[in-house]
Amino acid sequence: MVISLVSTVVLGVLVWLTVINTPGWAAVQQAFFDPAVAWKFLPSVLLGLWLNIRILFFAAIGVAVFATLLAIIRTLRGAVFFPVRFLATAYTDLFRGTPLIIVLYLVGFGIPALGLFPRLPPEVWGTVALILTYSAYVAEVLRAGMEAVHPSQRLAARSLGLTHAQTLRLIVLPQAVRKVTPALMNDFVSMQKDVGLVSVLGAIDAVRAAQIGEADTYNFTPYIVAGLLFVIISWPAIRFTDWLTARAQRREQIGGTV
Amino acid sequence: MSGDETTTTPPVLRVRGVHKSFDGTAVLSGIDLDIASHQVVVAIGASGSGKSTLLKTINLLERVDDGQIFLKGDDITDPRVNVDSVRSRIGVVFQQFNLFPHLSVIDNVTLASRKVHGVARDEAEAEAERWLDRIGLRAKLKDYPDRLSGGQQQRVAIVRAILSKPELLLLDEITSALDPLLVGEVLDLVRDLKTAGATILMTTHEMSFARSAADHVVFLHQGVILEQGAPDAFFGAPTAPETREYLSRLHAG
Ligand SMILES: Nc1ncnc2c1ncn2[C@@H]1O[C@H](COP(=O)(O)OP(=O)(O)OP(=O)(O)O)[C@@H](O)[C@H]1O
Ligand SMILES: [Mg+2]
Repeated sequence: MVISLVSTVVLGVLVWLTVINTPGWAAVQQAFFDPAVAWKFLPSVLLGLWLNIRILFFAAIGVAVFATLLAIIRTLRGAVFFPVRFLATAYTDLFRGTPLIIVLYLVGFGIPALGLFPRLPPEVWGTVALILTYSAYVAEVLRAGMEAVHPSQRLAARSLGLTHAQTLRLIVLPQAVRKVTPALMNDFVSMQKDVGLVSVLGAIDAVRAAQIGEADTYNFTPYIVAGLLFVIISWPAIRFTDWLTARAQRREQIGGTV
Repeated sequence: MSGDETTTTPPVLRVRGVHKSFDGTAVLSGIDLDIASHQVVVAIGASGSGKSTLLKTINLLERVDDGQIFLKGDDITDPRVNVDSVRSRIGVVFQQFNLFPHLSVIDNVTLASRKVHGVARDEAEAEAERWLDRIGLRAKLKDYPDRLSGGQQQRVAIVRAILSKPELLLLDEITSALDPLLVGEVLDLVRDLKTAGATILMTTHEMSFARSAADHVVFLHQGVILEQGAPDAFFGAPTAPETREYLSRLHAG
């Protein structure tokens, strides 16, 4: 404990000394770490971050619903369901392969151009793009979880008289989610960062607010402010994910969970 | 519930000419079986003789290819029948993996009452607690199944099956996966149910239990009932050579 603390401090000091003794440090410090600039733009970046948090909130709900639907469709058996199963598979393949930024451009600029919808703020389309992309990832994770639920669990549920839908909702999905919680949390953490990409559509989020600050002052410090804020909001989820993964590994080592 | 109860009450279960094959291989080749109310029927036979398949066709987990099955006179093999409502009239316990690992003992046993039969939670739990008390597991009510021994898990599974007051209880080798020390406590519970008047069709390899607790024993061989009778006659003087061979191999093993 003491040793690790000391070695951490020593390493930190060494890195710090190395960095501040580089020839360009003074210029870099000026351009990236200017406290006055940071203070000046903190309010607008914080306001932008509030938009990111709201987008994250709605996107997470949207993903939970849509991904569950996709996963269920992909696990339906029987020839009757072939068309929907095929569509769901094609959907997940397509969106897992497409970079999010392209989906953002297509949804954010393409759909409004159709003229089908009333004018909506860009963050709405950004949220839609996030839902479309992340649902594909999350659906795959959930599907893997559903397939890992022992078949006898379905038999036991059906023989109690539960309907197919009740079996899914009360027995299969809860067990599936437990099995894949670390993977789901990882997707959540990466979505927390990717909400910053809605700035490409012109939504005034934290990244866009920082960009405005940078254009105003020719100083990159606002980006550092935005970056730090993103780290701060995602930190609890990151720690939680680590904890869950470690716990899952411990359990597997003990083995023999039913 | 019509007609003259004393003379025309149908048997709880009536199986008539049931055939079932998988990929062209016949597994059940014409099964006939009646089980009267409060009767305990034990089905025995070698591995692969079709015992589990027979139980699954009764529970509609498998559909019959031919023949009919009646539950208290209702033809449950009719394609128009509501599968879920038939299943809710039959209790089933399998060899293992019966309990839901993400639900506590009390939630496991009350699930069907609450979700299928629409019983209020309080009422379902009160009844469940009485049963758990009876099997000595009241203290484990809030525990999750992985905290229970195999024998305790099977007893909870049996309580879960009977809590929805099934007309028929199907038990498929419920002690086969258990440590020999735990077999007794599970079979004692089955005996209690028999005393309480349950109607049971079960498969087992525990011949001494079959002999002492069954009202009727059927021997399955290659998808047909080769021999059947009251336990004393069946075990005392089996007639078919296949039955004799099966029983002697059990004693040897
Ligand atoms: N879903 C299925 N698909 C294909 N074959 C099956 C299926 N279910 C059972 N069978 C086959 O049917 C035969 C009878 O199986 P069943 O499980 O009814 O035997 P059993 O008498 O219960 O045996 P055991 O004592 O081993 O439990 C076996 O040969 C088995 O391989
Ligand atoms: Mg079997």
